[in-house]
Amino acid sequence: MEEIRNYTMNFGPQHPAAHGVLRLVLEMDGETIVRADPHIGLLHRGTEKLAESKPFNQSIGYMDRLDYVSMMCNEHAYVLAIENLLGIQAPIRAQYIRTMFDEITRILNHLMWVGSNALDLGAMAVFLYAFREREELMDVYEAVSGARMHATYYRPGGVYRDLPDQMSKYRESPWHKGADLKRRNSWREGSMLDYLTEFTNDFPARVDEYESLLTNNRIWKQRTVGIGVIPPEKAQAWGMTGAMLRGSGIAWDLRKKQPYAAYANMEFDIPVGVNGDCYDRYLVRVEEMRQSNNIIKQCVAWLKANPGPVMVQNYKVAPPSREEMKSDMEALIHHFKLFTEGYGVPAGETYTAVEAPKGEFGCYLVSDGANKPFRVHLRAPGFAHLSSMDAIVRGHMLADVVAMIGTYDLVFGEVDR
Amino acid sequence: MSVINETSLVERLAARFGDMLTVKVDRNEVTAEVAPRDLIAVATALRDEAGFRFTIPIDVCGVDYLSYGQTEWDTDTAQGDSFSRGVEGEAMGRFTWADRPRKVEQPRRYAAVIHLLSIELNQRIRLRIFCEDDAFPIVPSVTPVWPGTDWFERETFDLYGIIFDGHPDLRRILTDYGFVGHPFRKDFPLIGNVEVRYDPEQKRVIYEPVSIEPRVLVPRTIRNDADLDQARAESADHWREN
Repeated sequence: MEEIRNYTMNFGPQHPAAHGVLRLVLEMDGETIVRADPHIGLLHRGTEKLAESKPFNQSIGYMDRLDYVSMMCNEHAYVLAIENLLGIQAPIRAQYIRTMFDEITRILNHLMWVGSNALDLGAMAVFLYAFREREELMDVYEAVSGARMHATYYRPGGVYRDLPDQMSKYRESPWHKGADLKRRNSWREGSMLDYLTEFTNDFPARVDEYESLLTNNRIWKQRTVGIGVIPPEKAQAWGMTGAMLRGSGIAWDLRKKQPYAAYANMEFDIPVGVNGDCYDRYLVRVEEMRQSNNIIKQCVAWLKANPGPVMVQNYKVAPPSREEMKSDMEALIHHFKLFTEGYGVPAGETYTAVEAPKGEFGCYLVSDGANKPFRVHLRAPGFAHLSSMDAIVRGHMLADVVAMIGTYDLVFGEVDR
Repeated sequence: MSVINETSLVERLAARFGDMLTVKVDRNEVTAEVAPRDLIAVATALRDEAGFRFTIPIDVCGVDYLSYGQTEWDTDTAQGDSFSRGVEGEAMGRFTWADRPRKVEQPRRYAAVIHLLSIELNQRIRLRIFCEDDAFPIVPSVTPVWPGTDWFERETFDLYGIIFDGHPDLRRILTDYGFVGHPFRKDFPLIGNVEVRYDPEQKRVIYEPVSIEPRVLVPRTIRNDADLDQARAESADHWREN
């Protein structure tokens, strides 16, 4: 009799559907997966160790680079952990700004997800549409922080600065001119909040466009319905959070259950799935975009009506203004101490989590009272999700592994840290 | 993170486990210390029993308490000749492997920390398991209780060298294939031990001892002053004004 052996296949780390640097070693029986062994760590930068060697504030920028498509949510977890240990709270306007940018970030992330997942499963157009809107939201990032992705905008005690009064405009160039230029600048006459008002009014129609491309698309449904079914008990046992858990029908969302920032004052719904398959998780994420859009609207309305400080007026933690430094000796000393030494954080430990777009992003922070953290551990949702890969894809076809990688919403910046 | 009913959770823990746990509440977070031998029994009860129902394993990570509370810059007494420049000390950005710190002041050096979440009762708990032997840190694996801790334990093993007894597949996960050492230990230098480059003569990638000098820009300091009490009071005022 002829000897029959399983076939071992290497998938990635240079495969376009591997979303970065995932290497999967797959044991195959024909086209069926017998065992999947993900190899990660190709993007390991030792963020947590680096953070231990720097004053607290200098690591905020590293957080952007963890999950590099949901930048501000990562910052939020880290900054909240520091505030928790310090025992301070950001001013209410800063809380609303954070809420708004968390939701902008969620839309950014889900757009990236819906685009790239559809691309993996053979639908090219969604990607192009999704990036059109991402561009508009990244302009908002740029307007507040000067950076389109790695913003370092949240600081312990508030946010770096207040929202700009003027949205930047496109200048005439060989690429932007005439009617096109006029159209692009039509939203940008007023402040950043006016721009966001225009965006939020427009966005639901754009989501309808993605949905008309995918939701009832026969090929899309063939690739996702009934694929990667995760029963609710299994989702919990594997430490799943976020859309992975909600897709399995569990209405768990930290924004509702353990509210932080201004979420307690926001009205929104938590979408849940029924079957726990890739298609349900797609529907959950699309609905989350609509809900986020609503939250942004509520924040914009509040922020327009309520001016105020966006940073605690406490120079032991937050720097004084440049203006003050020129005339006030004490402000100058505070500034000098803050930027040469940083601030000490009282000894203790905290685990602070936020509902990042991918799930629960947590920061476990141990301080021994010094100006640098003693231990920072970042709980990345993608890491927990990916660990269940072997348990879930067994028995699926090879092409379904791609659907599964897509539905996990993996970004290796956070998985490898 | 606000944990609802944290006081009653502490009471329930005390009633159920008695001396097996040392429970502490700080900043509304419940921390319980468990001895390694009790871990599996405690974990199973925490997952299954009413009043706990910690069905979601959020996180497992290691902590190395070597050099906890050590500073490079003595700030208690100001002298006539001012403070030192803070260029000595044992922060991990400073030393090379040859002169790594060896002093251990804590009774036990390594701990595994487990964070759990109950979505049914909306509560969290942190379990800390100190490893009894610093030279051979070992704790039981909780993968039979929560399969989702599998990779977290692998990561802790990889970065801290804590061995999880009973883990089905305790391989390195984040570091490179063939990596030597456990890089998140406090006596592992920040700059690492080896650097890698392509050697055109040998026509392959080679590993060499690191050539860069370790350096630290900001010395590690601990100031025990009233700054933060004031900070807290000020920000509380501020919050109310708004």
